[in-house]
Amino acid sequence: MTARSLLLGATASFAMATGAQAERGSDGEVRILYWQAPSTLNPFLSGGRKDTEAGGIILEPLARFDEEGILTPWLVDEIPTVENGGVSEDLTQITWKLSPGITWSDGTPLTSADVKFTYEYCTHPEGGCAQQSKFNGITSVETPDAQTVVVTFDSPTPNPHVAFVGMESPILQAAQFADCLGAAASSCTEANFAPIGTGPFVVEEFRPNDVIVYAANENYRKPDRPYFAKVTLKGGGDPASAARAVMETGEFDYAWNQQLAPDIIESLEAGGKGVFISDFGPTMERLMLNHTNPDPSLGPDERAIIKPHPFLQNPAVYKAMSMAIDRQLLVEVGYGPAGKVTCNWVPAPEWYNSDTFDCAEQDLEGANALLDEAGIIDTDGDGIREKDGVPLKVLFQTSTNAVRQDSQELIKQMWSDIGIETELRNINASVFFGGDAGSPDTFQRFYADVQMYANTFGGTDPQGYFGNGLCDKAPTPEKQWQGENIARYCNPAFDALHEELTRTVGNEARGEIGRQLNDMAIEEGMMIPLVHRGTVAARANTLEGVVMNAWDSELWNIDAWRRAD
Amino acid sequence: MTDRAEAPPRSQWAEVWHQFRRHRGAMFGAAVFVFIIAGVFLGPLIWTVDPQFLPRGRDFLNLRDTRPIYVALWDGAAKVSWAHPLGTDNLGRDTLARLMFGGRVSIAVGLAAMALTVGLGTGLGLIAGFYRRLDAPLMRLTDLFLALPLLPLILVASLLFREALAQRFGPEGGTFLLIVTLIGLTSWMQVARIVRGDVLALKEREFILAARSIGTTNARLITRHLLPNILSPVLVSAALGIATAIITESALSFLGFGFPPDFPTWGRLLNDGVARLSSYPERAVWPGILISLTVLSVNYLGDGLRDALDPRIRGR
Amino acid sequence: MLTYAIRRLVLSVPTLLLIALAIFLLLNLAPNDPMAQVPLTVPPEVKQKMREALGLGEALHIQFWKWLVQMVWVEPRVLVDWLTGDSALFGWLPDTALYRGEQRVISWQTRSPVMDIVAQRLPQTLWVVGTAYLLAIVIAVPIGIYSAYRQYSWFDQAGTFVSMIGFSVPPFFSGVLVIVIFSVQLGWFPSIYDTTHQVTDWQSLLVQINQMILPVMVLTLQITAQLSRFMRASMLDNLGQDYVRTARAKGLGEPNVVLVHVLRNSMIPVVTVIALGVPNIFGGAIITEQVFKVNGIGQLLITAIEANDLPMVQTLTFVFAVLIVLFNLLADLAYGLLDPRIRYD
Repeated sequence: MTARSLLLGATASFAMATGAQAERGSDGEVRILYWQAPSTLNPFLSGGRKDTEAGGIILEPLARFDEEGILTPWLVDEIPTVENGGVSEDLTQITWKLSPGITWSDGTPLTSADVKFTYEYCTHPEGGCAQQSKFNGITSVETPDAQTVVVTFDSPTPNPHVAFVGMESPILQAAQFADCLGAAASSCTEANFAPIGTGPFVVEEFRPNDVIVYAANENYRKPDRPYFAKVTLKGGGDPASAARAVMETGEFDYAWNQQLAPDIIESLEAGGKGVFISDFGPTMERLMLNHTNPDPSLGPDERAIIKPHPFLQNPAVYKAMSMAIDRQLLVEVGYGPAGKVTCNWVPAPEWYNSDTFDCAEQDLEGANALLDEAGIIDTDGDGIREKDGVPLKVLFQTSTNAVRQDSQELIKQMWSDIGIETELRNINASVFFGGDAGSPDTFQRFYADVQMYANTFGGTDPQGYFGNGLCDKAPTPEKQWQGENIARYCNPAFDALHEELTRTVGNEARGEIGRQLNDMAIEEGMMIPLVHRGTVAARANTLEGVVMNAWDSELWNIDAWRRAD
Repeated sequence: MTDRAEAPPRSQWAEVWHQFRRHRGAMFGAAVFVFIIAGVFLGPLIWTVDPQFLPRGRDFLNLRDTRPIYVALWDGAAKVSWAHPLGTDNLGRDTLARLMFGGRVSIAVGLAAMALTVGLGTGLGLIAGFYRRLDAPLMRLTDLFLALPLLPLILVASLLFREALAQRFGPEGGTFLLIVTLIGLTSWMQVARIVRGDVLALKEREFILAARSIGTTNARLITRHLLPNILSPVLVSAALGIATAIITESALSFLGFGFPPDFPTWGRLLNDGVARLSSYPERAVWPGILISLTVLSVNYLGDGLRDALDPRIRGR
Repeated sequence: MLTYAIRRLVLSVPTLLLIALAIFLLLNLAPNDPMAQVPLTVPPEVKQKMREALGLGEALHIQFWKWLVQMVWVEPRVLVDWLTGDSALFGWLPDTALYRGEQRVISWQTRSPVMDIVAQRLPQTLWVVGTAYLLAIVIAVPIGIYSAYRQYSWFDQAGTFVSMIGFSVPPFFSGVLVIVIFSVQLGWFPSIYDTTHQVTDWQSLLVQINQMILPVMVLTLQITAQLSRFMRASMLDNLGQDYVRTARAKGLGEPNVVLVHVLRNSMIPVVTVIALGVPNIFGGAIITEQVFKVNGIGQLLITAIEANDLPMVQTLTFVFAVLIVLFNLLADLAYGLLDPRIRYD
C-alpha cells in the first residue's frame, strides 16, 4: 500500500500540474534504483560508475558526450577546435571559455579558478585521485581571466578533449574543497558527501551505500528546469529485483544497469508498467587468448610468463575457435537488446569499427576443415585433437555472473564439436578483477588458457585502449602482475603503428590507423571478440525525457526528465 | 540405566530396531530418504539423459525453456515434451537429469558437512562441558570461530588449498573437500555450545554421581551416560545442519567459490530458478521441494532414532 | 557467580584482542583488492596510487596497531561525546568533549568514519531483525512446548512440517516468493524498504509496520523453525524424567508441572541458541536485507566484503565479536540461574 499508493497519488496529483506549462519542480519526485549503492558523491575518490553517476547529478564537466558519442558543450558555449582557434595549431594548447552567468548551487559564480583547482586537486600526488589519467600530459592550467581556462600539454596532443570532459572529470568548487587537497581528501567527509555543484540538483540527504535524496537546485542555469522537485536514488539488491520494482510493482521510475537474460527482460516487459531502453558505447565482451604458457606444472617464475602457449598461437587453432562460436546464439541467450554480434576489438565509435572480418555465422565445418588442414587432428581416438602431441584442452575462466556462466557452457559445447575440450571455472568478481599480486585467480595473472570479460574506454578516443596491446604493458611478476596487456600479445609492428596513431590528427586518419590496429590484433589471435554490449536501463512508462547514454552518465539529462501527462 | 548398559548389546540394538520400526514417522522418513537416495544415485541408470548436454543449432531454440509435462493439464498452449517430463532450462538442458545429478552432489555435501559439524561440535562440547579445565580455552575458541566472517575465510582457504586439492582430487573432488571442510569448520560452534550447556547440567545429576561412585571411567561416563542424554538436540542440529550445508553450498557456488559452473547442485538450481520465478516456477520449486523433503525425512529419522534409543519412551 | 562473571570479563580482553588479530590477518591474507570495483579503464599506476592513499603500503603490524588505537581509544571517546552531547538519554550530562580530532576508523569505500555509518544503519537493522527475533522467540517457545507436550498430535506434525520447510527454504527464495505474491500480484506491501522513513505518529507507524511485514515474515519463519525444534526436543527429554512423575504424584497441577518444572529444565539449549542469535541482531540478516533493500548492518558488511573495505569489515566483525563474547557470558550465567547445580568455580 504505502510507497505504491503514495507514488500513484503523487502521479495523479502532478499529472494535472504538468498539463500546464512545465516549470522547475512541478513534477514532484522521481525515484531511481541503483542495485549497486553509491558510496560517495566525489567521483575523484572512487572511480566506480555508480558513484560517478550519482555525483554527476550535482557536479558537471565543461563538455560531455551525447547519446551518439558526440562532444557537446555543457558549461562552455562551444567546443574548442583547431578550426575555431580553441586548440593551438601545434596541438599543445587548448583554451576553454566558460559560459557567462553560471553559478554554483550556493549562488557564487563559477570561475576559471574552480577549473584550475580541480586540476590541482586531482593531480595532487597524495590524493589518490581515481581520474589522474585524465590529466596525463598536462604541464599547466592557466587562468588569464575569470572565464578563460588555458590547458598546456607537454607534447602535441591530437585528442585534447579529455581533461574536464565527460562524467569522470567534473569541476569541483574551489571554495568547498580548498582544505581537502592530498592526504586531507578523506577527512572532508562533509564535502565528499554533499559537494556543491552546478548541476540541476543539490544533495538533501546522503546515506552512504543506501540512499540519496536530492532537491532541485534553485540556482540552476536553466530557469524552468529541472522539472522534478526531488530525486530519490536508492541503492542495493540485484538487477532482477530492481527491474521488478520498475516493471512490475511500479514502486520506482528508473532502474540502472540491467544486465538480465533476454527471456527475463521479456517476461518483465509483459508487466506493462515500463520499458527497457539501451544505448551502445564501445564495451565489448571478448575471449582473451593466453600468449604465455599457463601450465600449473611450471614454476612460479615461468607459469604465464614464458612464451609461447603450446597451441593457442597457431592461427588454425584460434581461427577455428572463433569460427565455431555461434555469436548470434550468445546474444540471444545472454544479452537480447543489450548485445550485438561483433568481430572487432573496438566496435564503436563508427569510424573505428573495422569491416574486415565476418563472424556472424557459426561455421563448424570450416573450423573442422581448418584444423584438419593444419594437421591438428585427433590421433589417439579420444575425440580431442592434438597439436604436436599436446591435446587441445583449455581451461576457460571468467567472473561469476549468470549470463557469463551461460555463455561459458554454450562455448564449451561449441568447442567440443571441433574437438577441443574445455574445463570451466568461474571466479568471484572481486577477486578476478582485483589486482592482488598474491592471488593466482586475478585476470591479470591469467593462470588459464582462455578468459572472458568485457572492457571499454572512456570518451570516444581509443588511443589508450589500443595501448593495451603494447609489448611493454604485459603483466609480469616484476610489475606485481599489473599491466593492461592481459593476453601478453607482442608485435613490434603493432607498437610502431600505435606510435603513429599518437601523432595523427583528425577522426578519419585516426580511424584508419585504429582499424588497422584492430585488424592486426584480431588476425594474430590476441582475442576473440564476442558481443558488443550496450547499457540497458528500465524506465517506467510515466517517465518522459530519458535519453539513454552509453558514452557518458545515464543521468546526463536528468534536468529534462518529466512525468508523462 | 546402568543395568541396561550391562545388557548384551545385540538384544539392546534389536530392541531399538524393534521400537524404530514401530515409529510411523521414522518409517515414513526412512522410506522418503531411501527413495530420494535411490532416485539420485540409481535414477540416472534409468533416465540416461546427460545433464550437461546442450542441444545444437536449430534444436537449441526448439528444446530450450520447455515446461514440465503436467503444465499441459491446464495450459494447452504450453511448450511441453514427453522427452523432458520436468522440462528444460534456458539452455535446453533436461531438468530431471539435472535434479538427479544435482541431488548426488547436494546430498553428499549435506551429509558430509553435517557429519563433520555434528562430530566436531558434539566432541568439543562434551569435552568442554565435562573437563572443567578445558572449558575456558575451548569456549574461547568457539567465540573466535563464531566471530570469523565466512567469506574472507573462504577466500583465504581457496587461495591456499584450492589448487593443491584440485591437482590431487580433480577440480570437482578438490572443491567438494574444500566446501565440506569449510562448512563444517564454520558451523560446529552452535552444536558445541548446546552440547556443553546440556553436559554442564547433566554432570551434576544423580545418575552421574552414582556411576562415578561405582568407579566408571571418564571415557565410559561420556560415551555411555552423557552422550545418550544429549542426543535430542544433536539430532535436531543434524537435521538442520543438512539444510544449512546444502544452502551454504549454493551460496558459495553463486559467489564463485563452489563447483564449476556446468556442475549442477540443488542449491544452485534453486538459485538459478529464482530469477525466473514468475515465468518458470518449476525451476525453483522442484529443487526447493527436494531439499525440504530431504531435510524433513532426516528430521523424522532423527525423531524415530531418538525415541527408539530413549529407554524411558521405549516402553510407551 | 559474581567473581566468575568478573573473571570472565577480565579474560575477555585478551580473547577479544586475539580475535581482532585473527580477523585482521585473515582479511589481509585474503586475495581481494579494494580496487576490484574501479573500472578497467583506470590504469594500474593510478590504482596503485589510490591504494597508497588508503594506507595499504604500510607494514601489517603498523596497520593493525593504528586500527586498534582508533577502535578502542578514539572511537569510545567519540561515543561518550555523542552520548553526553546529542543523545536523548544522557544529553542532560555536561558535554565531555573528549574527542580532539584524532584520526577515526575510516572506511575505504566512503572515506568517512565507519562508526557514523554503523550508527546510521542500526535503526533499520534493529527494527527489522530485532522485531523478527522477538517475534520468533514469542512464537517458537509456546509451539515447542505444546508440540512436545502433545507429541505426534496433528499440531505437532504440522509444526514439524512447517518448521522444517521453513528452515530448508533459503531466504533468497522465500523472499522473492513473498515479493512476487504480496507485492507484484496482490500489491499489498512494498518490496523495497524505505530507510529514510521517520516514525513520528500513528500514521507513520502504520507505514513502518507495512514495510516491515515482508522481511520480518521471512526472517521470523527461519528463526522460529530452528528455535521451536530445539525447544521441542529439549522438552521431550525432560517430560520423560523421573522428577516429572514425582511432581505429578505430589499432586501438582499439570500447568505447574509443565510450565514451571519441565520448562525451566528445558531452557538450557534454547537459551544457548537465543544467546548465539542476539549478536546476529546486530549483524543483521545479509540475504534478507539484500532482497528487501533494508540496507542495514548485514548489507553494509556484505558490500564492504565485496569492495574489500578492510577497515569496515574489521570494525564490524570486531563489534560482532564483542557481542558474541558478551552474550555467551550471559548465557553461561543464565545456565546457573536455570539450574543452580551448575557451578563454575
